[in-house]
Amino acid sequence: MHRYIPNTEADLTCMLDRLGLSSIDELFRDIPRELLLENGLDLPEALSEQELISKMMGLSKKNSGVNELTCFLGAGAYDHFIPVVVGELVSRSEFYTSYTPYQPEISQGTLQAIFEYQTMICNLTGMDSTNASMYDGPTACAEAARMAVDSTRRNTIAVSRTVNPEVRKVLDTYMDLCGFKIVEIGMDNGATDISQLEEQLNDDLAAVVVQSPNFFGIIEDMNAVGELLSGSKTLFISYVNPISLAVLKKPGEYGADIAVGEGQSLGNSLNFGGPYVGFLATTKKLMRKMPGRIVGQTTDVDGKRAFVLTLQAREQHIRRSKASSNICSNQGLNALASAIYMATMGESGLKEVATQCMQKAHYAQKKLTENGVYKPLFDRPFFMEFAVTSAVDPSSVNRDLLEAGILGGYQLSREYDEYTNGLLLCVTEKRTKAEIDKLVDCMLETAAKEGRGMA
Amino acid sequence: MRDYNKLIFEISREGRKAYSLPKCDVDTLPVDELIPEKYLSSTPTNMPEVSEVDIVRHYTNLSSKNYGVDTGFYPLGSCTMKYNPKINEVVASYDGFRNIHPLQPEETVQGALEVMYELQKALGEITGMSEVSLQPAAGAHGELTGLMIMKAYHRERGEDTKRTKIIVPDSAHGTNPASASVLGYEVVEIESDKNGDVNVEKLKEAMGDDIAGMMLTNPSTLGLFEPNVNEICDIVHAAGGLMYYDGANANAILGVTRPGDMGFDIIHLNLHKTFSTPHGGGGPGSGPVGVSEELAKFLPTPTVEKHGDVYTLNYSKPSSIGKVKGFYGHFGVCVRAYAYILSMGAEGLENVSANAVINANYLMQALKGTYKLPIDRLCKHEFVLGGIENDNGITTLDIAKRLIDYGYYPPTVYFPLTIHEAMMIEPTETESVETLDAFISAMLKIAEEAESTPELLKEAPHNTPVRRVDEVSAARNPIIKYT
Repeated sequence: MHRYIPNTEADLTCMLDRLGLSSIDELFRDIPRELLLENGLDLPEALSEQELISKMMGLSKKNSGVNELTCFLGAGAYDHFIPVVVGELVSRSEFYTSYTPYQPEISQGTLQAIFEYQTMICNLTGMDSTNASMYDGPTACAEAARMAVDSTRRNTIAVSRTVNPEVRKVLDTYMDLCGFKIVEIGMDNGATDISQLEEQLNDDLAAVVVQSPNFFGIIEDMNAVGELLSGSKTLFISYVNPISLAVLKKPGEYGADIAVGEGQSLGNSLNFGGPYVGFLATTKKLMRKMPGRIVGQTTDVDGKRAFVLTLQAREQHIRRSKASSNICSNQGLNALASAIYMATMGESGLKEVATQCMQKAHYAQKKLTENGVYKPLFDRPFFMEFAVTSAVDPSSVNRDLLEAGILGGYQLSREYDEYTNGLLLCVTEKRTKAEIDKLVDCMLETAAKEGRGMA
Repeated sequence: MRDYNKLIFEISREGRKAYSLPKCDVDTLPVDELIPEKYLSSTPTNMPEVSEVDIVRHYTNLSSKNYGVDTGFYPLGSCTMKYNPKINEVVASYDGFRNIHPLQPEETVQGALEVMYELQKALGEITGMSEVSLQPAAGAHGELTGLMIMKAYHRERGEDTKRTKIIVPDSAHGTNPASASVLGYEVVEIESDKNGDVNVEKLKEAMGDDIAGMMLTNPSTLGLFEPNVNEICDIVHAAGGLMYYDGANANAILGVTRPGDMGFDIIHLNLHKTFSTPHGGGGPGSGPVGVSEELAKFLPTPTVEKHGDVYTLNYSKPSSIGKVKGFYGHFGVCVRAYAYILSMGAEGLENVSANAVINANYLMQALKGTYKLPIDRLCKHEFVLGGIENDNGITTLDIAKRLIDYGYYPPTVYFPLTIHEAMMIEPTETESVETLDAFISAMLKIAEEAESTPELLKEAPHNTPVRRVDEVSAARNPIIKYT
């Protein structure tokens, strides 16, 4: 027998006997014979634990991650420092081996942790209400767009071209197949073209999606967007980096109706893209339009404070086809990691992280662009990412960086044809001056080698 | 310490801290010289200020108020709360899996791509589907993705505006109709017959050229194998529709039968159910989607491919529905599921289903004399009771709450909606016969109490961190954050 399956042959014989059956096969006699798999599955034989460790260790070593390479890559997933307590505490199996907290009496741990998470997300975004988390940033944005369509009874979503392409692609898929329309708002010098946005406003528009800091790291004029949309029925969906909100204006401060974003930065490992955790926060007015789980505070029969899943009348297991969304899971464990991260960093720690990212990114940008080989692609205030351009092919730059043990930037030509030689670099609080200096030296060396450096 | 009743905000003291960061070692400038003041926030984040010890004790105390699979028996129907192997947690935490960036050059992540490729292949073999995408984040997300593929298929044939309806049996998971309606489909519900199966005559009546397809869970949420599955697939296909397989209940079919062979065109699986990855208190899950050869071109991008010995991500698929999620799915969950499949092997997976099914039948057999069993026939991975006959007004909810006093997580209650006072029990294969026997004793004892001391049930649970909670006020006057 297998180590995860406790019944012995003798147990099975006894159990079959109790059921009046003579063989295991009889347990499957209700399956039409022609559907039974005749020769079993074509899969390898089971590995012992030792063999499994060796196989998986071997596979993991075929990857070189951010502990081996110095990471200057961002573009939607960020290499921040994660305090050790985060990993230790989410590894408590009372948290990770439990299900969605349907039975509140024996799920108060998960429920209270989510209630605290919701409070932190509301505080961070300056919004009134939020849910127990979403799959990730891009799907949170797609759900926000659906909320907007549903609550305004309008059909079109306008999305700025400066929103992360990964987010726009998911939005495209959802809107296309849900039967809604997407229009794009153009950009000007790396930021949303506000006058174009103004021209595009009309009575079909359910929402406008703007990201800040945007895909290029640039801080958008969210005040201007908020003012433009204030008083109109069109909702303002703001896609934000949660770390930046320790320093930058919060969506609640500039009139956003829905704030969404990727919570990976808050204590979740890079994990090759997932699992991450999305957040979605909104106004009191739109609270009941939110998708997903929500935890509320109440009391038990003895009058004791207690937490419970609430506003379930929105949800699929009650409303079925009339539900506000089909979503029934949240990212419980990732949301827990985020909450523990925010509690560990606290008010001053979050600010310190945001400030160090900002200072180090500005140091890097200045140092990299000061001799003119690499030029800032845009001239606007930025947070912790910035784009440069040069006469050098960015794939040569990245190739040389990789050889020097550095994970280089994101090549903008992947998604923006016009920025042939654009490279988007990210500098988090983890980077040191020495690492930044090395990045700059390597990049200048490549330029010199390719004959594109300063004479 | 189960009486611990403080919020993290209530133990916050100004000036305390739990973090340490290196000093900023670059030349710095005043923040307002870097960023115009109008972009800067003027309000605090109001995060708690606590010490590291405070954090550790706070969350440790919270964890002690939770019940997990590691705590005890968790027979939550349709949720497949099997043991989550420890080794899978360990391998997923290997540096080369956990700390890699999704946009790294492909040559630096060959091991990760290999895991994805091999897992796709294994899931394809297990389900009999031609190709698999790991992108969907959860079961419901897999359903949505699958239906998007269905819509794209009809659109390519110029029939998407005509085929506006999806058929869903009345015993289906609530996510089925919800997913269909997210995509604008009208849901046609088909009543089950008295045996709990799809009513084939009613299905025939509902068929027409306005049907995009049908979503079917097999074994159903009643834990019953649909005997007419072939005929159902034929009926839907003959009308030009596609068949969608809700794989939330796949724990009974591993190595026994395959949805691809039954005639399904699109399937999803829940790696957090059948493939042992932990539920995490609500997530992260993972809901891979598999399709027939004909539909492979519609799968989300990028797909993971193997050319010679090199693994690549292919973004250029003109017929693809596009992306349904950031990056490639819940890679960390996929690593665990792959480790699980490797640990089990073909024979181990067959044993999973054999033991899941015998455990469910063993419980059903022992309980059916005492509890109502509306549909009495061989079950698969789970079965559904219909409460208990009694004059004291004892409901399924009371039984569920009393089970907590006996140290068990209650079964899924009041679902499926087709069974009055439903109690859906799924033991899984990772429980021993002794565990089942102890659970049976508790259930029989509770049945006695329902007669002799009903107040014990009505007031249950008795010894939990909190007792029954007021859900009505929570919804009427929602407090969803601490102020």
